[in-house]
Amino acid sequence: MAKFLFFITFVSLLPLFGSSFSSENPTDRRILVLLDDFAIKSSHSIFFKTLQTRGFELDFKLADDPKLTLQRYGQYLYDGLIIFSPTIERFGGSLDLAAVLDFVDSGHDLIVAADASASDLIRDIATECGVEFDEDPTAVVIDHTSYAVSETEGDHTLIAGDDFIQSDVILGRKIIETPVLFQGVGHTLNPANNLVLKVLSASPSAYSANPKSKLSTPPSLTGSTISLVSVVQARNNARVLISGSLSLFSNRFLRSGVQKAGSSIKFEKSGNELFVTELSKWIFHERGHLKAVNVRHHKVGESDEPAIYRINDDLEYSVEVYEWSGSSWEPYTADDVQVQFYMMSPYVLKTLSTDGKGRYFTTFKVPDVYGVFQFKVEYQRLGYTSLSLSKQIPVRPFKHNEYERFITTAFPYYGASFSTMAGFFIFTMVYLYNK
Amino acid sequence: MGADQVGVKPNLFNFSLKSLKLKTKQQELLIRVIVLCLIYVLAFITRLFSVLRYESMIHEFDPYFNYRTTVFLTEKGFYEFWNWFDSESWYPLGRIIGGTLYPGLMVTAAFIYWVLRFLRFAVHIREVCVLTAPFFASNTTLVAYFFGKEIWDSGVGLVAAALIAICPGYISRSVAGSFDNEGVAIFALLLTFYLFVKAVNTGSLAWALASAFGYFYMVSAWGGYVFIINLIPLYVLVLLITGRYSMRLYVAYNCMYVLGMLLAMQIRFVGFQHVQSGEHMAAMGVFFLMQVFYFLDWVKHLLSDKQLFQAFLRITVTCAVGVGALAFGVGMASGYISPWTGRFYSLLDPTYAKDHIPIIASVSEHQPTAWSSFMFDFQILLFLFPAGLYFCFKRLSDATIFIVMYGLTSMYFAGVMVRLILVATPAVCLISAIAVSATIKNLTSLIRKESKAHGASAKGTTSAKASKAALDQSLPFQINGAIALLIGAFYLLGRYAIHCTWVTSEAYSSPSIVLAARGPHGGRFIFDDYREAYFWLCQNTPSDAKVMSWWDYGYQITAMGNRTVIVDNNTWNNTHIATVGRAMSSYEDEAYEIMRSLDVDYVLVVFGGVTGYSSDDINKFLWMVRIGGGVFPVIKEPDYLVNGEHRVDKGAAPKMLNCLMYKLCYYRFGELVTEYGKPPGYDRARGFEIGNKDVKLQYLEEAFTTSNWIVRIYKVKQPSNRW
Repeated sequence: MAKFLFFITFVSLLPLFGSSFSSENPTDRRILVLLDDFAIKSSHSIFFKTLQTRGFELDFKLADDPKLTLQRYGQYLYDGLIIFSPTIERFGGSLDLAAVLDFVDSGHDLIVAADASASDLIRDIATECGVEFDEDPTAVVIDHTSYAVSETEGDHTLIAGDDFIQSDVILGRKIIETPVLFQGVGHTLNPANNLVLKVLSASPSAYSANPKSKLSTPPSLTGSTISLVSVVQARNNARVLISGSLSLFSNRFLRSGVQKAGSSIKFEKSGNELFVTELSKWIFHERGHLKAVNVRHHKVGESDEPAIYRINDDLEYSVEVYEWSGSSWEPYTADDVQVQFYMMSPYVLKTLSTDGKGRYFTTFKVPDVYGVFQFKVEYQRLGYTSLSLSKQIPVRPFKHNEYERFITTAFPYYGASFSTMAGFFIFTMVYLYNK
Repeated sequence: MGADQVGVKPNLFNFSLKSLKLKTKQQELLIRVIVLCLIYVLAFITRLFSVLRYESMIHEFDPYFNYRTTVFLTEKGFYEFWNWFDSESWYPLGRIIGGTLYPGLMVTAAFIYWVLRFLRFAVHIREVCVLTAPFFASNTTLVAYFFGKEIWDSGVGLVAAALIAICPGYISRSVAGSFDNEGVAIFALLLTFYLFVKAVNTGSLAWALASAFGYFYMVSAWGGYVFIINLIPLYVLVLLITGRYSMRLYVAYNCMYVLGMLLAMQIRFVGFQHVQSGEHMAAMGVFFLMQVFYFLDWVKHLLSDKQLFQAFLRITVTCAVGVGALAFGVGMASGYISPWTGRFYSLLDPTYAKDHIPIIASVSEHQPTAWSSFMFDFQILLFLFPAGLYFCFKRLSDATIFIVMYGLTSMYFAGVMVRLILVATPAVCLISAIAVSATIKNLTSLIRKESKAHGASAKGTTSAKASKAALDQSLPFQINGAIALLIGAFYLLGRYAIHCTWVTSEAYSSPSIVLAARGPHGGRFIFDDYREAYFWLCQNTPSDAKVMSWWDYGYQITAMGNRTVIVDNNTWNNTHIATVGRAMSSYEDEAYEIMRSLDVDYVLVVFGGVTGYSSDDINKFLWMVRIGGGVFPVIKEPDYLVNGEHRVDKGAAPKMLNCLMYKLCYYRFGELVTEYGKPPGYDRARGFEIGNKDVKLQYLEEAFTTSNWIVRIYKVKQPSNRW
């Protein structure tokens, strides 16, 4: 029976292979959702519904499903993975820590939500992505000043976070005005990792401790170094979201109102829905995905790309940059795209001008240095996928017949040599025949 | 040949036989030509051992660069070659090949190739390159013959030709496959000297012009031309001082210097150095001195008053010396005259390189010569050389003074650097030939006189009485002694021939790119790991991959693996080599930063621990440390030594055990049992059990290891995806 079910799912997945994640169509399509139990499917249904309405195929599985696998015959079956199973100690099937990391390292996206009861496995995944959860398994984030006012809870673990990352690309153009409800463990960013970003930070008065026991030692995590929600954009542009709270995505938080402590304004609806929707759009590459194509360079006045340049040549460089809008490639417009002409250090660094249709171009003179250069475009902007293009091109010195001939200033030398020749000839004549 | 003609014209039998009977002089000429032809052939075939033992291939390191450039020359033509900018070496700096090599060898080989193609011989360029050096060695014997004839007589010429044909000192650089500059350059060197001596002897402009062209060929072929341009002025100076100044010398030197200089300046690599660098200043100084001499001679001729001339002489000499010194001082101070290069310094002061230029000192062929290698390369010539000098001094002439000076200076240089034995070899052969020829001549004439005297006394003529009187004055048993000495001389020469053949076949015919070893049962093992590794690189890596290795292997990687290298045997940029040395002697993470900055994709190391091959990278490692530390003081040699000792076992310095070179060489070596009865990880090249058997690599991964572990190639990993 199980085999049959698998066969059905496999066959139903087959047509999707054609429209799967690719560099031409970066938005994810098939997402595997791992759950602790199927109750989460309904308790977080709003979040899942928004994904489904945006066209994602969600495949809900229990995290300890013995048939669990991400790839078959070397092909990944999914483009994204959502792990909403904070308590799982061991995944079922062939899935394990290494498999999840391989999934990310081959360019796929991941959402991990932890909880106060987060297991070692979840913590390990987070650690591998540069995020350290509080080591104390009982600790949660507590904030006595910017907590959300609530009737049921008095220990100030329900936090109204409003310290968002300042990025239109990650959180969308619409500014999130209402605080986001958060309840769960805090984490810090590994300082050795410069790819991880805090999307939602705790307020300076927050700390991480067990709310039920008395605080005997100073908490290890305090203040705004605590991150509540973080993202990682890996070097291969895979995106990872790590949240310390699973309930951040829950229907209860998405629907409930919020009133920040000390504030008189009571919002009818928390910012969670906007926050998770926009963030998931970024995570699943519906936004902030750039591609650079058609890198061209040639001498001014020519159109073919040469195999080698000569020093002091004038050249034209152009590249086309497009941004993925979720459904199509749109021209990307910015005034800070730069090209380097690089050999161990940049010899030329020029800002490219754009025609507004995605084409970026410039002209410059090859420096008076020969060697193997590279055209380098290193475009790393917050939230955008990083563009790192390099194209090798050698630069040669002048050939022996490319120097200027008969320079005006050298005429005295020409005169000298010719007069010497003539003088020698006359001298020889006189010497030989004038006796 | 006589028989042929006899067959054709039987009726002229009697007449032909008489007319064809050669006179003594003609007989001698015939014998001389035959002997020379035999020597010519012998010089060629004795150098073919390597082809028979291994295969027709290019040897060693530098010849691979020469081969690659020759192929380029034959494929793309001369102008492309002249302007060649090579982006495959010295990444990312590149190298202007056309302007930084001596093109003589490549042009010669390409010319031979084109001639053979024109004559419809479908040869491969590699065969031409392999056989270029033996061919030129044969030609050298001819030059040696003429040179010997010029300084002494044709007997010396023949002996010199025979000696140089098989002298190991020369064979070491001219076996088949050793496609190096020196192979052609020794020919050019001897030719230039011969033509110059000829010009001095005859005072002819034509010979001087010929020697200028010989010099041009030498300049185009090898940097050793500096020896010529310093030896000839020195020789002229000695002649001037000893009062042997003559019009012949004036014509020969001036013509040779002026034309030779103009021609030499046409070689891009030399260019204006010829008039600007310190090494060439002696020649220019002597040139001006010659003019002063000539001028004084002329004034002396005009002035009848002797006292007036003395005063004039004093003023002129003072002025000339003053102006010369001033010009030199101004030139040096303004930087117009460049100071001597380190290589030149290290020749004059053998300890200089060791203290100041580790990159020169690190090359094995730049080491001071050991006595054993003198014996190995010269054998009896070493004893004959002083004897020859004695004969030269006994019969001083312009020509013998030259050969004596050539012999003495080159002997000094041969003592300073192993590779310069090569330059000394022709001089040693010529001077020894004088000794051999003069001794044998004396002995044979003694014997002949004796037998003649006996014959004459039988007839009882009056002339016999006179010779009998002369014979009576000589020592008793003189003839027996002479015969014994003659036999002894021939025995020694026979030993010399045997020694030369043995050395050639055993020591100098190994290509060093293919290694051979004898197994326990006498069987021959061939280690072809180098070519295996280069072929792997060629087939399995992206065509724009950059390979980092120690500079020794750079030429081979570009020529055989066809991949870009960071540094190669050209060693023109010390900083770049020091960067590689620093990477090799740093910890892996520091090395990774360096390798990333140089865009390195693969790292290649040579390791002899499994086979016992001793010239591997671990044994060269201290030079990497020294060269790296010379530019980057963070690398300190004492960090890698224990009590001044270079060790790899458990007692090795901790930095040594964890540096990149150690890790790359000994990665997974700890699991391997190399020798029966020894623990795993026993390094056979050094005879130690290695100290760090558990080598873990973080930033590199093993890509390829050859079948005998001699070459190991590692891939540099991309930066971690999530960090």
